[in-house]
Amino acid sequence: MELTELYRDIILDHNRRPRNFGPLEPADLAAEGFNPLCGDRLTLKIKLCGDRIEDIRFEGQGCAISTASASLMTEAVKGKSRAQALDMFDRVHRLLTVDTAPEEDLGKIAALSGVREYPARVKCASLCWHTLASALKSATAQDIPAVSTE
Amino acid sequence: MNDTVLKEPASFDVDAVRGQFPILARLVHGRSLCYLDNGASGQRPQAVIDAVDDYERRHHANIHRGVHTLSQEATALYEAARDRVMSFIHARSRHEIIFVRGTTEAINLVAQSYARPLLGTGDEVLITHLEHHANIVPWQMLCEQTGAKLVVAPMDSRGEVHAEAVEALMSLRTRLLACAHVSNALGTVLPIRRLIRAAKARGIVTLIDGAQAVPHMSVDVEELDCDFYAFSGHKLYGPTGIGVLYGREALLERMPPWQGGGDMILSVSFEKTTFAALPAKFEAGTPNISGAVGLGAAIEYLESLDLRAVRAHEHSLLEHATRRLGRIDGLRIIGTAKDKASLISFTVAGVHPHDLGTVADEDGIAIRTGHHCAMPVMEFFKVPATARASLAFYNTFGEIDRLAAAVERARALFC
Repeated sequence: MELTELYRDIILDHNRRPRNFGPLEPADLAAEGFNPLCGDRLTLKIKLCGDRIEDIRFEGQGCAISTASASLMTEAVKGKSRAQALDMFDRVHRLLTVDTAPEEDLGKIAALSGVREYPARVKCASLCWHTLASALKSATAQDIPAVSTE
Repeated sequence: MNDTVLKEPASFDVDAVRGQFPILARLVHGRSLCYLDNGASGQRPQAVIDAVDDYERRHHANIHRGVHTLSQEATALYEAARDRVMSFIHARSRHEIIFVRGTTEAINLVAQSYARPLLGTGDEVLITHLEHHANIVPWQMLCEQTGAKLVVAPMDSRGEVHAEAVEALMSLRTRLLACAHVSNALGTVLPIRRLIRAAKARGIVTLIDGAQAVPHMSVDVEELDCDFYAFSGHKLYGPTGIGVLYGREALLERMPPWQGGGDMILSVSFEKTTFAALPAKFEAGTPNISGAVGLGAAIEYLESLDLRAVRAHEHSLLEHATRRLGRIDGLRIIGTAKDKASLISFTVAGVHPHDLGTVADEDGIAIRTGHHCAMPVMEFFKVPATARASLAFYNTFGEIDRLAAAVERARALFC
């Protein structure tokens, strides 16, 4: 396995210039993610329009995999319904952990498939998705749940 | 700065030493293993592997029980390991050497058996800012249980702990000073002689977490005059799951047992149990016999080396690493104390330590990345994590150069 399979150009790009990075006020939903093993922290804020994710932004600090994954995720779920976003979480989880994942319909997120060759790094890529799922299940932005990948 | 100025000392044959550690010959991702994670766990020399193997193949039985030959042999080997530890750290008596699982268990034992019955509301336990979680959490738990207060002595921006600052926090209520001999996250060597002296003058009991010190410097508990000293076998090139609590005999005598069970009793009836004498009082249940045998062999191995040359080599490795890594743009060394063990923690601007760890691993280089079980230290330096190269006497200048090249490659990839 070559390092360039893990750190594909698209991941390096989203790490250097994360999209949808910064605060979002006011937000309807929020959650915090923490990976105690490596210290990655992520705050996710979501603005809803009915059941649809109208805007989503993240803040925090993490490795290239975790930052790029969060950036790619915000791009992918914007405009999606809660159910669609949670369905995408399932498919991304399969992409990161199972060999025969349906990569074609995940778009740019498929660039993360190299992570499954690095078991220690799967949590880096999935932290933002666990945080998203937790935010989508919370009632309001005042009720900020915290998730941990440990 | 010029690389050619620093040379590996000729008196130390690092290639010969490397030949005694079988794992150093293996490949990782097609490259020869470059093991720079000795602060997390050291590798085992053949002598340790052989001693454990011989014990398992020829001598294993439970100790202190049977009259049969194997039990007697196993007992003799286990107790010989205790004697070796005793002379290694210059304890006065074999009763002062308690075998435990590791440093963490040793500290918990002192917290629960020594401190818990003595401490009450308003009493204080003094630690420092650079402690490993193993020397923070047991005291926090103790404070919860007793109403005592945890007092934390500061460090400065270089990661140094100044004796005056610690002494200033020693109060009439301070019952115990627990501090590292060497910081696992920064490499700082603490002024423990002075701290112990100051504590003793005030009647404060001292525990030294020696996990990172014992592999790098000679420890003489009698000369240090500490009350407790804890360390782990696996950082000393021995097996995991075995460690040592040294305790002053008079204190150990007064302490109640920590765990009850077999091997720690003289007699048991349903009305009353009489506890065994030291050290058995603190070794309930069947211990890690092969681990103790391996630890004894590791000490024997270390003592067979020219330790002055070993220390000099480690010192030159640290100097080389500090210079070589220090030249890299964006690299910040975290922990720049004057007196350091051969350990170097650092961050690289634009490269997260975890990504650096993966890039280095691809090249067969093992470094630790993360918070090093010292989150307050990370918080102090305002970094989420660092990369850490912890060097052993079997490491080489060439390996440090390989690490430097990996850091450069990571910079090229991410920046």
